[in-house]
Amino acid sequence: MSIDRRKFLKIAGFSAVGVAASKLVDVYAKGSKFISKTASSAFNRTKTKSATQVELAMVVDLRKCKEGCTKCIEACNHTHNVPDFGESKDEVKWIWKEPYENAFLDQENFYMKNEFENKNFPVLCNHCKNPPCVEVCPTQATFVRPNGIVAMDWHRCIGCRYCMAACPYGSRSFNWRDPRPFIKDPNPDYPTRDIGVVEKCTFCDDRIAQGLEPVCVDVCPEKALVFGDLNDPKSEVRKLLKDNFSIRRKPGLGTNPKVYYLV
Amino acid sequence: MLEHALKGNKKYWSWLLFLSFIILVGFYFYLKQLSYGLGITGMNRNVSWGLYIGQFTFMVGVAASAVMVVLPYYLHNFKEFAKVTILGEFLAISAVIMSISFVTVDIGKPFRIMNMFLYPTFHSLMFWDVICLFGYLILNIVITRVTLGAEHKSVKPPKWIRPIIILSIPWAISIHTVTAFLISGLSGRSFWLTAIMAPRFLAGAFASGPALLVILCIIVKKLTNYNVGNKAIEKLGVIITYAMCVNVFFVLMEIFTTLYSGVPGDVSHLQYLYFGLQGKAVLTPWIWGSVVFSVASLALLIVPKTRNNHKVLFITCIMVFLAIWVEKGIALIVTGFIPNPFGQVFQYSPTLPETLIVLSIWALGFFLITIFYNIALSVRGEVKV
Repeated sequence: MSIDRRKFLKIAGFSAVGVAASKLVDVYAKGSKFISKTASSAFNRTKTKSATQVELAMVVDLRKCKEGCTKCIEACNHTHNVPDFGESKDEVKWIWKEPYENAFLDQENFYMKNEFENKNFPVLCNHCKNPPCVEVCPTQATFVRPNGIVAMDWHRCIGCRYCMAACPYGSRSFNWRDPRPFIKDPNPDYPTRDIGVVEKCTFCDDRIAQGLEPVCVDVCPEKALVFGDLNDPKSEVRKLLKDNFSIRRKPGLGTNPKVYYLV
Repeated sequence: MLEHALKGNKKYWSWLLFLSFIILVGFYFYLKQLSYGLGITGMNRNVSWGLYIGQFTFMVGVAASAVMVVLPYYLHNFKEFAKVTILGEFLAISAVIMSISFVTVDIGKPFRIMNMFLYPTFHSLMFWDVICLFGYLILNIVITRVTLGAEHKSVKPPKWIRPIIILSIPWAISIHTVTAFLISGLSGRSFWLTAIMAPRFLAGAFASGPALLVILCIIVKKLTNYNVGNKAIEKLGVIITYAMCVNVFFVLMEIFTTLYSGVPGDVSHLQYLYFGLQGKAVLTPWIWGSVVFSVASLALLIVPKTRNNHKVLFITCIMVFLAIWVEKGIALIVTGFIPNPFGQVFQYSPTLPETLIVLSIWALGFFLITIFYNIALSVRGEVKV
């Protein structure tokens, strides 16, 4: 790829603005209501064990999630430059909807509440506490951040797809072909991916570093998605889990998923 | 010694030329795969490993099976294998190179392959598999080079080679064990999550590898005057018989445990493979073909009269080889992904470019075997040029 001067200046300009913007947001983050200072520092890959370890988690209220609504999916796809190939073979998905009996395969129940029958619910990477994908990755291209997020290094991934075989939730996608021409409305603030690497939901680790909530949580009109620190007894996620009955996907495998579903 | 590779008759050269052509065609499609991406294959989001990894698994078995001639010859001093051992070792080298090639073409970012060594990850079995495979390749290259080189100079091989040969025996077991661990340690794929995966791999390998060796020995005998001896062939026949019995036994054990316990997630994979699921059954005719070949070959192997008849044994060995090739080279890997973690059936069929790339790696294997066997036989003075 050749870069002319004009293009170079444009990219350089973008980068400068980006750095400045992230600095600004960092300042804002200090006053953010749910991300404490430890969460931001925990974002760094270096393992600094602090007394208050952050364990980020998501609660999905299945009772509130509206059938037919795809706002979270659209926002995620746009924010993270997720391509749309228009076919299922090469598909890349970060968050999407599945029927109850598919999402909770081993928790099939008959004569269910009407509101759960024939309804689709959001599924995404569970950011497991014991992630099998991290266990098998031969290059540590996928790893656990100190705040509990299972992150990806798209520059290190060799595309062996061992993580896809290991993930019990089908949460990972591979770039079977060049995704860039299929990004409908590219977001210049987020990287695009190359042919031959695996990708998945990152719990919006870049937004968290800036003190923002994941974009799917942000846009949900029903407030069905809630995000926060599992180790903080005063957090909203902890409150919701205490007051409601929750289930998780395939808990018996010992992966300890951190996406909880309220039923 | 290596100069013998360049000596051969017209048949030899035209055979190599033919194989080179297939290799080049495959290489062309590999270049296309590099620019387009692995989307050129039939693999998809749900079945993310296909023919490449299946063939890899199968060929690791063929490589490991050299131990079935090395062990009796070197450890038990079984003299009848004197002529066949070198052929087995060269088959192992070719098979390991094929295995490494199959993994390489499956990698999405092959130019980053060194990341595996820059960031060695001991908790990943992929890392250990690479160590095992390269180690086995080096061991066999050293062993064949030294033993055949000594023969070439009409001297005894040096003493230090013996411990290396002995080391290659457990090493052969390790390559197939670690390859089995690669898939049998994944909690989310119930089809692979079985403690007998490694033993089953080894049983299949010790049937299919020696079967290929018998086929090659019979072809070599036809083309040259190098005869490994009837006793050697018959002994290999016995080894194949036992291994095939154990292989079929293990498959039946898997089927019993899965069907009798009746855990729905476990049953669904077998159901897809043998009968089809949700109206989809691409693999079903293949696996029943494998079943038929397994049963027929077992019958022909167990009866001494048919086992010791070289003409029949040749056909039987082809059946054994194909039966296990389908079972391990296609069905085992693909079925692990069907149905997917959501219980949905998304199928997989290899595409034409993918098939041609696989064929070219097979051609590469035969290319190497031809050259190696030519060297070995020339050293032993059995090929008149």
